[in-house]
Amino acid sequence: MANRTLWAQRLVALFLLGCLLFSYPLLALFDSRGEVFGIPLLFAYLFAAWALLIVLMIWVVEGSRR
Amino acid sequence: MPLGGLILLTSCAYLGVLFAIAYWGDKRADAGRSIIANPYIYALSMAVYATSWTFYGSVGRAAVSGVGFLPIYLGPTLMAALFWLVLRKMIRISKANRITSIADFIAARYGKSALLGGLVTLIAVVGVIPYIALQLKAVSSSFLIFWQYPAIQMPSQSEAMGPLQDTALYVALLLALFTIVFGTRHLDATERHEGMVAAIAFESLVKLLAFLAVGIFVTFVLYDGFADIFDRAAQLPDIGQLLTLGGPAGTYSSWAALIFLSMLSILFLPRQFQISVVENVNENHLAKAIWLFPLYLLAINIFVLPITFAGLMHFSAGTVDADTFVLTLPMVHRQEALALLVFVGGLSAATGMVIVETIALSTMICNDLAMPLLLRWKALGLAQRRDLSRLLLGIRRGAILLLMLLGYMYYRAAGEAYALVSIGLVSFAAVAQFAPAMLGGMYWKQGSRAGALWGLSLGFLLWAYTLLLPAFAKSGWLPLSFIEQGPFAITWLKPTALFGLDGVDELGHSLFWSLLVNLGAYVGVSLFGRQSSREHAQALLFVDVFKSAGRGASLWRGSASMTEVIALVGRFLGPDRAAAAFANYASRRGQRSSADLVHFAEQQLAGAIGAASARVMLASVVQEEPLGMEEVLGILDETSQVIAYSRRLEQQSQELETATRELRAANERLRELDRLKDDFISTVTHELRTPLTSIRAFSEILNDNPDLEQAQRAQFIAIIVKESERLTRMINQVLDLAKLEAGRVEWHASEIDLAEVIDDALATTSQLMQERGVDIQLDLPPRVPPVIADRDRLLQVLLNLITNAIKFCDRESGRIGIAVQVLPEALQVDVRDNGRGIDAADQDTIFEKFRQAGDNLTEKPQGTGLGLPISRQIVEHFGGRLWVHSESGRSGTGKGATFSFTLPLGQSDVAVPGPGHETEDKT
Repeated sequence: MANRTLWAQRLVALFLLGCLLFSYPLLALFDSRGEVFGIPLLFAYLFAAWALLIVLMIWVVEGSRR
Repeated sequence: MPLGGLILLTSCAYLGVLFAIAYWGDKRADAGRSIIANPYIYALSMAVYATSWTFYGSVGRAAVSGVGFLPIYLGPTLMAALFWLVLRKMIRISKANRITSIADFIAARYGKSALLGGLVTLIAVVGVIPYIALQLKAVSSSFLIFWQYPAIQMPSQSEAMGPLQDTALYVALLLALFTIVFGTRHLDATERHEGMVAAIAFESLVKLLAFLAVGIFVTFVLYDGFADIFDRAAQLPDIGQLLTLGGPAGTYSSWAALIFLSMLSILFLPRQFQISVVENVNENHLAKAIWLFPLYLLAINIFVLPITFAGLMHFSAGTVDADTFVLTLPMVHRQEALALLVFVGGLSAATGMVIVETIALSTMICNDLAMPLLLRWKALGLAQRRDLSRLLLGIRRGAILLLMLLGYMYYRAAGEAYALVSIGLVSFAAVAQFAPAMLGGMYWKQGSRAGALWGLSLGFLLWAYTLLLPAFAKSGWLPLSFIEQGPFAITWLKPTALFGLDGVDELGHSLFWSLLVNLGAYVGVSLFGRQSSREHAQALLFVDVFKSAGRGASLWRGSASMTEVIALVGRFLGPDRAAAAFANYASRRGQRSSADLVHFAEQQLAGAIGAASARVMLASVVQEEPLGMEEVLGILDETSQVIAYSRRLEQQSQELETATRELRAANERLRELDRLKDDFISTVTHELRTPLTSIRAFSEILNDNPDLEQAQRAQFIAIIVKESERLTRMINQVLDLAKLEAGRVEWHASEIDLAEVIDDALATTSQLMQERGVDIQLDLPPRVPPVIADRDRLLQVLLNLITNAIKFCDRESGRIGIAVQVLPEALQVDVRDNGRGIDAADQDTIFEKFRQAGDNLTEKPQGTGLGLPISRQIVEHFGGRLWVHSESGRSGTGKGATFSFTLPLGQSDVAVPGPGHETEDKT
């Protein structure tokens, strides 16, 4: 199916995005003692990026089914 | 111990519920109404990844390294994005080849090698046993802690317990029983356990709910939400290091190494392979799992840090093990129900992992370790036994019990010595050794058996040396000097700083060396070695699984009796089951060749006893013929035929090219001719108009002026007659030329005497010569040899040349010379005049149609302009040449022009003896 190969490509792109979000240069930006709404910055960043990835995955997988 | 009974009761009740679910799942599966055939169950069962290591260990790890516990869950999240690409291919390959374990996968990929299967099994068992031990430890220690309720007391190590009082032993035995009942109830070719999967999915739900319950209780009941906890935790010492990288949380490189490691382990842990590949019902379920599984991991991790901080703030340092915070926090706040839920959650996390892992490992041990050995052991006569299905089940049950006891022994011996998390990572690093052989096998056709063997064994050795031995040393089984100074005090052999590689954490160090050597050996040996034909065939089946339409090429050649094959399969699957499978196959596929049948049998057997063993077993019934001389010659013949075909094709394409080129040239020539024809027509009509115009003009004058003088009238009429004659002549010539060009002229070739023809021509033109007062000078050799030509046509040529000469010779004292020379092979006739000559530029054009020498505009045309072209055509028809020679550079110099033509002498004609002799003389 044509849209399945497109899927796979989108998912690979998400994989690459995830690698980027969870590795050195970007991680270093948030690696400090700051806080966001009382929550430590790094902790907040990691979970936000994680949640973002999952949302994008849902969007790719479920969105293209319609 | 007020709670003791309740704890035991709850545990048993929980296991009872699991039994019930599993039993129900199996019943439904037997009835054909599977409950696990939906993507949510599939994704939940995948969460067997989260073991007690996650449930209790995450908090423990977070207490030491802060956010450093996260990479182990970020890796699987990233890999989930690649599930569609990688895991789907794994599932497809496994379904197509009836693969039931990682060992089977690797063995089948590399030519169904039993040796490789055994090696993988060994690595998996050695690597995973500590992990099983870890689960037993978690269950027993949580039980012991909870047992003390309401006191918070760590189970002390000094309190020596006999094995019989050790809860871990009973846990191990109970789990072994559960696993045996639901993992090995019967032998199935697909090796799927629906009831077990249903139970695992339920367990995943329980552990998630339990952990969320504690998280919510701690975060929102004990504190006022996340911000409050973090705010208060700010007073903790070292809090800064826990919330940033670079300290104990790990450097960026160890962070990346952990992510990478966990990415591999989500694919290659035996239990993950079992759940996500073997137990997969429908590969489309994967789509939902891609996001559901990461979501599960996110949910179970979100409260880890709050619980950690709450624990650290509640208990003074060192009194309570951080690994137990999840349980001790509810206990210390007297939340019996919550604590019980947590205990059950921890139990479910541990049991889920242990059940699936032991099933996966027992399949491997049975199919890839025990069976190949037993089958080869001729003394046992196993290959001749009637019904082996009971033996197979027995081996598996024994393997499960053995694994559980091994885990227990490891726990007894070393479990207390090493923190939970580190043991888990040691296992992860062990299964990561499968990555090159597995991924290479799926995407790289060249990967060979020898390469996989070398890669796996070297990688395993290095893993053991750099990670397992140091762990042993830390547990006190080896002298610590082994780590600190290296074996025999050789520093560059230090297990944690091999070849002096320092400054990397232990795990990253081990991962680097083992995977480097593993991958290097795999790729290197594969590239420089050769694959056997079977390996190559299997490689194609695996790598091109999406291209080949499901059924692979059967590599069986030879003959087998149908009954023997069915009997063989029956011995492993049970006779009834085998008969049913073959009947089903026959009805589905119709009558197939025996090679197909054997292939089907092999697939069935592979599901039950592994690919390598299946091949060995079948080989005992199927008389596989070795490749005979004839077959080899046949293959060679086929190849040479193919080469011949391709040669012929090449040749044909060349010929085609040539033909195309010729066609193109012909096409161009045709266009040129077409253009010439158009030119010709327009010129002809133009030329015809000139005489017509004058005829019409003079006729009109005569018509309009009846009283014209007689003399003038006569003059005009003379002009009209002359022009009409010219017109007639021109039309005749055009017709002539058209005929000549179309090749429709009738030639009456005969032997003629040229001198005679010249005489005739002169006689015809004598009148004209007299009128003009032209002298004629004839120069004939004494004997003119005959030529073959059409007399009338030749006369036409001569007349044309002579009249031209008369027309263009000097007005006052015209002189014409006609000479005939006998050349060795031809006669040459020259017609010379003493006129003004022909410009060099005109010497070619006068032979074109309607072209005349001189200026057409100022001078009245003196001929039709067709004579010379016609003459040339005639001469050329007889194989001669017609050309002009004129000294004159400018007009009017009076040197005259000489038109010459040659005619070949009549050769080899019986009637012409003379030239024949000449030819002979020359040779």
